[in-house]
Amino acid sequence: MTEPQPPSPPSLRQIFWVFLVMGGTSIGGGVVGYLRTGLVVRQRWLDDVAFVELLSISQTLPGLNATNMSILVGDRLRGVWGAVVAMLGMCLPGATLMTAAAYAYGIGGDDPWSKAFLHGIAAGAVGLIVVVMVQLGAKVLKTVADYVFVAATAAAVAFFHVPVIYAMLAAGAVAIWWHRPRDKSLK
Amino acid sequence: MKELGDIAGVFAYLSLLTIGGGMAAFPELKTLTVDVHHWVTFPQLLHFYSFGQLAPGPNMMMVASIGAFVAGLPGAAVALVAFFLPTGLLTFAVGRLWTRMSTWRWRPAIQTGLGSAAVGLVLAGAIVMGRGALINVFYIALAVVVFFLLLRTKINPAYPIVASGLIGLVAHAVNL
Repeated sequence: MTEPQPPSPPSLRQIFWVFLVMGGTSIGGGVVGYLRTGLVVRQRWLDDVAFVELLSISQTLPGLNATNMSILVGDRLRGVWGAVVAMLGMCLPGATLMTAAAYAYGIGGDDPWSKAFLHGIAAGAVGLIVVVMVQLGAKVLKTVADYVFVAATAAAVAFFHVPVIYAMLAAGAVAIWWHRPRDKSLK
Repeated sequence: MKELGDIAGVFAYLSLLTIGGGMAAFPELKTLTVDVHHWVTFPQLLHFYSFGQLAPGPNMMMVASIGAFVAGLPGAAVALVAFFLPTGLLTFAVGRLWTRMSTWRWRPAIQTGLGSAAVGLVLAGAIVMGRGALINVFYIALAVVVFFLLLRTKINPAYPIVASGLIGLVAHAVNL
């Protein structure tokens, strides 16, 4: 990989701070958008080509895109410790908030008004998830067979209660085989 | 102590299922935390998950909520480490290898193949969650409106999600 490197890589403290700010401000999901703004546009630690490449690794591997991206970018900038501080910065604000939320919920969670509020949020979140799925699908689904893999995986898990890990391994294996590299003459 | 061990096991396992996003792990999250371990009820899980959508950063920080709800601060810490450390190490290792494998002919096949499985898992998560959250026509309509709003505009998802909560309050006030 050749990519434009800044004259000297940022310090660990800078990396931690930049990721902490992104981890604390990326409200409403879509962390990838915040990552691109922070890393490519503002800091210029990466160019778009490198960003998209790291993002495609993040999406293929288990783990959340936001944390996977933090690890990969941190590693590029400052090796192991860069990855560690980037990941910590990304996670600290949300983790603190959600831990506090659990205590607040223990106190006020049975209140009918907070239940009504949270139930409204849950319905809205279903809409959000379906949008995420449609956008993800638009990027990865190319042939009719891909849609069959999607439907089969979803039905197996949601309706036939197949454990996710088996559904994923089975659907993944068949789909990878379907897209296996062919001889050049066939392309 | 046994509880912390269970939390570690459950969230380490769940983390491996999060291909394509946290939602892919939702059906198994529901099975393990609600049906198997009885740590939370299904409505409570929906509440934590949904509220987690409003928190900044990675969208599965609600694992800390479940850990804290079950076993206090140690529970939150164990859930977070279990959920983020194994996949973190994997990403770190594969990240270094993957760049070297950029010309490997199976790489696009793996990317596309796992991609469709991942979309399927997100769909399954949406179905499982929808069963709990969309309890009548009113909430179905709310989800549909949020869906089209987010699909058609560039609006920050936090706004329609908070608005959904407020609409839930109004629905409660008029006894819908």
